[in-house]
Amino acid sequence: MDRNLQRQVANMRKSLFDQGYLDEQFIQLEDLRDDANPNFVEEIVTLFYTDSAKLIRNIENALENNPSDFERLDDYMQQFKGRSSSIGAKKVKTECSQFREYCKAGNAEGCIRTFQQLKQELATLRRKLETYFEMARQANT
Amino acid sequence: MDSFPAGLRVLVVDDDLAWLRILEKMLKKCSYEVTTCCLAREALDLLRERKDGFDIVISDVNMPDMDGFKLLEHVGLEMDLPVIMMSVDGETSRVMRGVQHGACDYLLKPIRMKELRNIWQHVFRKRIHEVRDIEGQECMEEIQIMRHGSDLSDEWHSFSGGELNSAKKRKDLENKHDDKDYGDPTSVKKARVVWTVDLHQKFVRAVNQIGFDKVGPKKILDLMNVPWLTRENVASHLQKYRLYLSRIQKENDLKASFGAIKQSDLSSKDTDGSPGLQNSLDIQKTDAASGIYGMCGNKTIIQNADPKFHEGELKGIVSMPLVESKKATIHDIPEPPKASNSRTAPNHAFVPLETDVKYGRFDSSVRKQYSWCEVPQTQFKQEHKVNLQIEKGFNHLPSVGSRPFTREREKPGYMDIKPSYTKRSTQQIRQAIPIGIGAYSFPVESENHMTGFQASEPILSTTTLSMKNHGLSQIFINNNSAFASADGDLLACLLQGDRCTSNIELQNKESLNYHSQDFFTETPAYVNETQRFDYDYPWETMEYPVIDQGLFIV
Repeated sequence: MDRNLQRQVANMRKSLFDQGYLDEQFIQLEDLRDDANPNFVEEIVTLFYTDSAKLIRNIENALENNPSDFERLDDYMQQFKGRSSSIGAKKVKTECSQFREYCKAGNAEGCIRTFQQLKQELATLRRKLETYFEMARQANT
Repeated sequence: MDSFPAGLRVLVVDDDLAWLRILEKMLKKCSYEVTTCCLAREALDLLRERKDGFDIVISDVNMPDMDGFKLLEHVGLEMDLPVIMMSVDGETSRVMRGVQHGACDYLLKPIRMKELRNIWQHVFRKRIHEVRDIEGQECMEEIQIMRHGSDLSDEWHSFSGGELNSAKKRKDLENKHDDKDYGDPTSVKKARVVWTVDLHQKFVRAVNQIGFDKVGPKKILDLMNVPWLTRENVASHLQKYRLYLSRIQKENDLKASFGAIKQSDLSSKDTDGSPGLQNSLDIQKTDAASGIYGMCGNKTIIQNADPKFHEGELKGIVSMPLVESKKATIHDIPEPPKASNSRTAPNHAFVPLETDVKYGRFDSSVRKQYSWCEVPQTQFKQEHKVNLQIEKGFNHLPSVGSRPFTREREKPGYMDIKPSYTKRSTQQIRQAIPIGIGAYSFPVESENHMTGFQASEPILSTTTLSMKNHGLSQIFINNNSAFASADGDLLACLLQGDRCTSNIELQNKESLNYHSQDFFTETPAYVNETQRFDYDYPWETMEYPVIDQGLFIV
């Protein structure tokens, strides 16, 4: 049973990479695990989600109140992209880049649309990771 | 040598908590001693509080409370530590900006372990260059001049203690100087001068009192009334200050009206009625020059895209800030006092390129922003950096300043990770010497990083910014090449210096920390001082043997 679970965990992990949700940064995080911090990856993912929540709100507000302040939007997004890079959130990063492109082009509508997609990707990733971590925990107990 | 990188004291500054944690973990894995900070302001406070408590700073570029580049400048100016910038954005222009502001490296996120493993090279390189500066300096000057030429010699004579010890070490290091006598009991080791807020304010007050256009190191020094400060210290600080002002000027101008900086402004010298501007450097170069200030490789030169900019011309002396004072005059910066270890040909050091700097008004508003107007130090030179280190531990420079230093650490402003080893470098002087400004002790930092001198060569020559996917390869040119066209003597000295391999272990050993802060940017007004000043240098720098327990009694 354990074995089965472990295989499932491995498969899930693989699919996260194959489907482009995660990139190699995630592996870097896994490599940083040690006895002192066996749950390092989850720790970072949690930090990412809590820390970036504020930034997401800022972007949302900016899009609502100052949709043409592209410089600021770009600035925020650059910060957010940095954050996404910390856990290897590949699809999210792609949306970030796309958003920045729209900023450069001064395309407010593009920005808004992309931002929605970005939020969706964020949510999807979160769900998947939560599932993954939970499975991994079970497999290891 | 094996133990050197271990325990390197790194300060990481990033508002991204996830990255902060990741970097902390990675750096610890490299056996470095890590302190993290999520606010730039806090980081600065920390750096100021713990003078000499860190070897290198890694900072993100895009932070909410302070622009990473500003932090970079502050650190370079006040603490003279190597700073590595990080960003998720690898755009060339940004990277260039980092370089211009003095970053010794620019890492792209996501950052890999191997990139972090190498950061110690920046620290090492810097120290080597500092030593070289001093060695070169010595080559240039004659001992007699050194011995007698300075009016500061009296002060130095009062040094007690371990100079001989240091002198010996120094001697070991410089095989080439057999004919020179380093055993002078009066020789003292130059410690680093730390320009605290308080000190800087005195400086600025003095400058304003004298009048920016009439200012000169000696005058400032006299007015400041800080007994232990030397003219050289002031001179180099003045240079930084000017650079800083000119940079701020430029930034403001750019912000105000893009493209407002015109050539005509450059020749505003005429309009301002000030003497012609010579040695104006393209601001970019100025920035470039100051770019690597103090960070890595004092001698490194930025290879600027501008064709007019020749490495040879730039070497060492960098532009001297042509900043206009309130009185609206422009300084002429003649050739750098070559004595001060200038390895450059006198006039040619300054390439009379046009500057983008608008000699305008001295933007005092900018000054208010920073109680401490730092000036990026031009790395070209770093010739002699003579610094006195003020032990902050116990004195207490009152933190006066227009900017209140927030001492409270709310939340995790920074997290301190307890070091696993003691400070490897210093032999601090723990005696407080009442000088009238407070009790200061002058720790003399002795760090001999001469280990494997030759080993350093490869590092030096391969310094590059580790920028992924960026075409900017060798931006930094090894100082060796910089000196290629220097005086023959100097060259010989330097080369010999390079071959000077004293395998003195870095850690837990006294070493010599040569920091000479000599940036000459003297205006014609005080050229005389400059010359004397030059003579002073050699004397000062050569006698640096560490004062282990010596006290700097003024």
